[in-house]
Amino acid sequence: MKAIRFDPFLPIIGVVGLIVIWYLAVWYQVVDPVLLPSPVDTFRALWNGMAGGRLGFDFMRTLERTILAILIAAAIAIPLGIALGASERIYRSVEFVVDFFRSTPASAMFPLFLVLFGVGDTTKISVAAFGAALVILFNVAYGVMNARKTRLLAAKVMGASRLRVLTDVMLLESLPQTFVGLRNGVSLALVIVVVAEMFIGSTDGLGQRVFEAQQLFAMPDMYAAIFAAGGLGYGLNLLFLLVERQFVHWSGK
Amino acid sequence: MSLPAHQGRVPAGENGAAATSAHVTVRGLTKHFPDAVVYDRFDLDIPRGKLVSIFGPNGCGKSTLINMITGLIPIDAGEILFDGKPLRDIKFGYVFQNYREALFPWLRAIDNIQYPLKLMKLPKAERRRRTERMVANLGVKVDLNRYPYELSGGQQQLVSIMRALVVEPQILFLDEPFSALDYEMTLFMRDQLQRIFVETGTTTVLVSHDLEEAVYLADRILLLSRRPAAIADYVHYDAARPRTDATLSQHEFVQVKAHCLEVFQREVRKG
Repeated sequence: MKAIRFDPFLPIIGVVGLIVIWYLAVWYQVVDPVLLPSPVDTFRALWNGMAGGRLGFDFMRTLERTILAILIAAAIAIPLGIALGASERIYRSVEFVVDFFRSTPASAMFPLFLVLFGVGDTTKISVAAFGAALVILFNVAYGVMNARKTRLLAAKVMGASRLRVLTDVMLLESLPQTFVGLRNGVSLALVIVVVAEMFIGSTDGLGQRVFEAQQLFAMPDMYAAIFAAGGLGYGLNLLFLLVERQFVHWSGK
Repeated sequence: MSLPAHQGRVPAGENGAAATSAHVTVRGLTKHFPDAVVYDRFDLDIPRGKLVSIFGPNGCGKSTLINMITGLIPIDAGEILFDGKPLRDIKFGYVFQNYREALFPWLRAIDNIQYPLKLMKLPKAERRRRTERMVANLGVKVDLNRYPYELSGGQQQLVSIMRALVVEPQILFLDEPFSALDYEMTLFMRDQLQRIFVETGTTTVLVSHDLEEAVYLADRILLLSRRPAAIADYVHYDAARPRTDATLSQHEFVQVKAHCLEVFQREVRKG
């Protein structure tokens, strides 16, 4: 019975363990103190930065870019994925192209997008949207193609037209897989946005914050920015999971 | 095909004409799969208002037969008519073996049942009225406001059957509807199906892989041969309904079942 009471607190053990090891490493100076500030200094920097400081502003800028990128990606990739998935022959004919660009590191596309859109936000957001769109497209198309055959037959045998089968069955069947695509897509979009903020003439954003703190040797600030980026990624994933549970209540059942 | 099993059991003269009136006529049905001939000029009559069980060796094409009759699988040649009319002119119901994959998990049970009425473009009030009437007639005790995955297997299959019945079909097809259920639930569902059949008198075609079930529920048992499938026998079983557990030990039931088993074994050995 005791085990059940403590189960919800198990995840805390890892967090506490990490902080303890960190503390010990600082205490015994395992690592150069300049490179590894104490947890207290780091969390102070995180708190001060997020509560009205520069870090909070950068956090919001990165969030903004990531959300914009995922919205653009979803708006393009979901309808396209449905169209491709609805006809297996069409999907097969573009599958190689999708797979090829899905496997191409999106960061390799930066120079091209720089030429197209200049050094502004458009480039960062569009590269992130490009990367995320391919991930979403692939998942939506597979979700539609892998719709349970019996379910499609059931709709057909009840007299549903091809269009009704698509809207009433295939679309809903593909939703769980669509959410997998959205979650992977948003993670990828965040990675691309942060990298873009570091290296493509940016004046704000978490990537720029990490990079600048490192250049200035402001280590607590750098770690704080890294944790902020981690929190952002984790939070976005959690958000999509909660939305998924709300909308796709039948997933996995 | 006069066989001892049904000699003297068809009451002479009673409903003579009605009993032989065919609801579905299959003529010259031919179907090739890439690797085999499944049906070759196959003829069959399905009598009106009767429950026909289809039984035969594994892979002989029991399900393929009802899938062709209901248009789920195209036929290579032949003709299938319902009272002389093609499939598109009639209303029919179809119940899949895999209820888990046949129901729509995003819809509540009640909305699953009403879905075919929605396809028929009936107004909402009418859809509700028809569903409520059917549920009341069948005396089903399932919470229909739940989602399918919240129901037991038997309840889900019951919802599937109601979804097939709500359109008031002229004919109902069931493809091994109880084979995914445990034995206790199978026994219960058999009697549910029998009750529905007695209640509605709908012509019913049941594909079964369980001989006891096939005979217990049937007015006629269609025994198929190995590929290409032909009618090995088309046995009558006229025990009064409702049939109960006691039916299973009655002489007539035992005899018909033994006969069917003998035909089945003969067909299996031929392969």
